[in-house]
Amino acid sequence: MNDIKQEQQDLPEVAGLKEHLKDAILDVSESLDCTVVKLRYDAIVDACHYLKDHQGYEQLMDLCGVDMSEYPGFVKEDGRYQVIYNVLSIQHNKRLRLKIQLDSRQLVNSVVEVWPTANWFEREAFEMFGIIFNHHPDLRRLLTDYGFEGYPMRKDFPVEGRVEMFFDDEQWRCVYRPNAVENRVLIPRTWPGADRG
Amino acid sequence: MAEIKNYTLNFGPQHPSAHGVLRLVLELDGEVVQRAEPHIGLLHRGTEKLFEQKTYLQNVPYFDRFDYVSMMANEHAYALAVEKLMGVEVPERAQYIRVMFAELTRILNHCMWLGAVALDIGAMTVFLYCFREREDIFDFYEEVSGARMHAAYFRPGGVSKDLPDGLLEKIQGFIDRFPGYVDEYETLLTENRIWKQRNVDIAIVDEETALAWGFSGPMIRASGVAWDLRKTQPYDVYDKMEFDIPVGATGDCYDRYLVRVEEMRQSNEIIRQCIAWLAKNSGDIKSRDARLSSPDRADMKGDMETLIHHFKYFSEGYHVPAGEVYTAVEHPKGEFAVHLISDGSNKPYRMKVRASGFAHLEALDYMCRGHMIADVVAILGTQDIVFGEVDR
Repeated sequence: MNDIKQEQQDLPEVAGLKEHLKDAILDVSESLDCTVVKLRYDAIVDACHYLKDHQGYEQLMDLCGVDMSEYPGFVKEDGRYQVIYNVLSIQHNKRLRLKIQLDSRQLVNSVVEVWPTANWFEREAFEMFGIIFNHHPDLRRLLTDYGFEGYPMRKDFPVEGRVEMFFDDEQWRCVYRPNAVENRVLIPRTWPGADRG
Repeated sequence: MAEIKNYTLNFGPQHPSAHGVLRLVLELDGEVVQRAEPHIGLLHRGTEKLFEQKTYLQNVPYFDRFDYVSMMANEHAYALAVEKLMGVEVPERAQYIRVMFAELTRILNHCMWLGAVALDIGAMTVFLYCFREREDIFDFYEEVSGARMHAAYFRPGGVSKDLPDGLLEKIQGFIDRFPGYVDEYETLLTENRIWKQRNVDIAIVDEETALAWGFSGPMIRASGVAWDLRKTQPYDVYDKMEFDIPVGATGDCYDRYLVRVEEMRQSNEIIRQCIAWLAKNSGDIKSRDARLSSPDRADMKGDMETLIHHFKYFSEGYHVPAGEVYTAVEHPKGEFAVHLISDGSNKPYRMKVRASGFAHLEALDYMCRGHMIADVVAILGTQDIVFGEVDR
């Protein structure tokens, strides 16, 4: 077990990140598919610049937000949201995952200056979770309806939504009303063994 | 002299060549596009939120509805993600079936793309030719899954049913005919003067830009990067397949066309290799791991525990160990990936779908700038946009 840990720490990009960012690297672990580096949230842009310029990670494949508030073992002090960056190096044929965790008052710096493709991914994370990306050139809602209120992917946002849209005959236009739809949970979330009595 | 101002044009969301529901706000200087701002989300269905309410088995059909012209390729990414988290090995026959259908799906997608893009540019005939072949592939879909389009055929652990008798011969017949059909498309388009005028040197994307904008699949290969996940990070039995990766030289619309046409031919060869293997070998089509497969009907009749298992499998579903995984497949449109975070329960905690079209459409503004308004349609077509996956 220790040998494996030693080996992953010797990965050049992880070693380089550690040397470059020092204590901003909180944790390095090996996931099922690639190495995961957990960073302090204010170090993300430096880390991305470093990975792109010195380690050959040319592409940001995916950026997503996660609301950790209902994850088993979640503690509030860790910060409610995670932002996960999946980066890909085509020349070395490697993937790496960067992770930051922050609470709703903390702003994370945008990585659009590193990869322009981050633009829409960050907009999506903003509208879905309310994570605010500092220095983003155009932080607007992207997928939801014009004038949509709320952050739908947060765990406390109801699946059925808060409003529903009708066509009002008298006003001759579409109007929103509070939602009358009820969410039916047919299969509850269970964990192994928990329901066996 | 009169003062000329830029004007703004609203394109879509009901425009026939908007490939679905794209709304594009174009800022024009005469006929030259200064800025193109896509407004997406008109097909947003909140699938990622729904995933969190559904069990792993219930989530399979949602994947058909992402990129609704290459259904099985989407399911592939999901099946691989769940299998990886559960540490399940898929039987070899199932892997071959999946690869065969993934490649049939690639042909299906490229036929749809070629027909639609040619129609956008003004060539009606190609559309009719391409849809003739699409119909054949839909028949294969229907034979294995019962549904022409939304198959839900690739399941975590393998595929849902074995191939029916006689299907392999039919697919063999199709792939024997298909290279001739591709020749027909090429006769119609490759040296066609109008087609070349509309595509050559339009929206040139160099290698560096393509990388920065997160391009993948045929889009990045046309820009000269020989990157194909089937070769570089093989999944299932792609490492046993022999095929070539076509790479473009200039990175314009015409190159992207050529790359996709060549991909159809290569897919055809992969299918041929799969059929050769499948005809000789039989075996399981689903993992024997009891968590992932429903029991045999015959066993259920005699054994109470098996009956309970069957009931639990379809109601509560299976539990996936806590962890996270990012699995990407070489989707016909590019890198389609599923980032699955499990908390150990029977439903995903968070599942993010990385759609290749999302990143491509984002670069539309970059690709359109300085081109004529008529080229916007050609550029949009060349990106192979499908709104099911862009909006999710």
